[in-house]
Amino acid sequence: MATAAVRGRLIWQTATVTSVTTETDAVRTIGLDVPDWPGHQAGQHLDVRLTAEDGYTAERSYSIATAAGEPVAITVERLDDGEVSPYLTEELRAGDQLELRGPIGGWFVWDTSDGGPLLLVAGGSGIVPLRAILRHRQRTGSDVPARLLYSSRTLADVIYHSELDQCRDGVEVSYTLTRSQPPGWTGYSGRADAALLGKIAWPASQHPLTFVCGPTSFVEAVAGSLVALGYPAGRVKTERFGGT
Amino acid sequence: MVALDGNSIGGLLLEVFGTDMTAAQTICATCGAAAPVAETVVYLRVPGTVVRCRTCGSVLMIIAQIRGMSCVDLSGMSALDTGQGG
Repeated sequence: MATAAVRGRLIWQTATVTSVTTETDAVRTIGLDVPDWPGHQAGQHLDVRLTAEDGYTAERSYSIATAAGEPVAITVERLDDGEVSPYLTEELRAGDQLELRGPIGGWFVWDTSDGGPLLLVAGGSGIVPLRAILRHRQRTGSDVPARLLYSSRTLADVIYHSELDQCRDGVEVSYTLTRSQPPGWTGYSGRADAALLGKIAWPASQHPLTFVCGPTSFVEAVAGSLVALGYPAGRVKTERFGGT
Repeated sequence: MVALDGNSIGGLLLEVFGTDMTAAQTICATCGAAAPVAETVVYLRVPGTVVRCRTCGSVLMIIAQIRGMSCVDLSGMSALDTGQGG
């Protein structure tokens, strides 16, 4: 394929922070102006590299939070023992520069032609690429039915809460809170186990396309439950993140 | 150490191979299981990056980077197919 041969290699480039938005106590969305950005697909990520004065570098991957065609943004959760996330969430300001490379990934991505019905299962900040998928679905006017199950520790930890609550037109959003529930809570409680997935997931006979994103233990448990519900592994796409 | 998956090394593999490899199919040389790179088991900074088969746990790929050079061992795979031909 002659066209493939001329595609540029992935290179580190400098982006400028355009905005920093508070999502929750520990989570910020960072808008980025990236010169010559080739465009991204919903579900892709980018790598951020921080370099200390002594030359020490640390790299981390962050999911892109926006739909294809929207300006680049990442949503970052502060991990108190992290090397990179405290800087990104606490120190970074609009106008600052950030070294990154991307977009990255060709498996954990969704476009309208991939169809559905979609089952999206998020644990904590695993909502980020799934939010990009929902935004892309809305932006393109897709009528693919979608169900989102979003597991958070508490209601205050729910990222994009008001945006998700506004989802309509074939998108059903369910929350489960694992640590504590506010008075009068009408959503689900406890872990996203087989019993809960059995209530929310599309019947396997509808041949759903599933995206699961969250911490490794969450993803393993959810993927295992879905296979037990009869979901073929090849239609369950997973993305795990660690805690550093 | 928490195991991640092949999505986490999408950038590293793009740097090494020059094309997206997360959607490429691997075939494990030990057990014959086929899986996209994205669904393999990945340990970062072991040191070096170790990619294992999710079915049998055997090592599929090792990537070590030192002084700007990438050393890539693919001997644990019998195939690695991007589906792009050529």
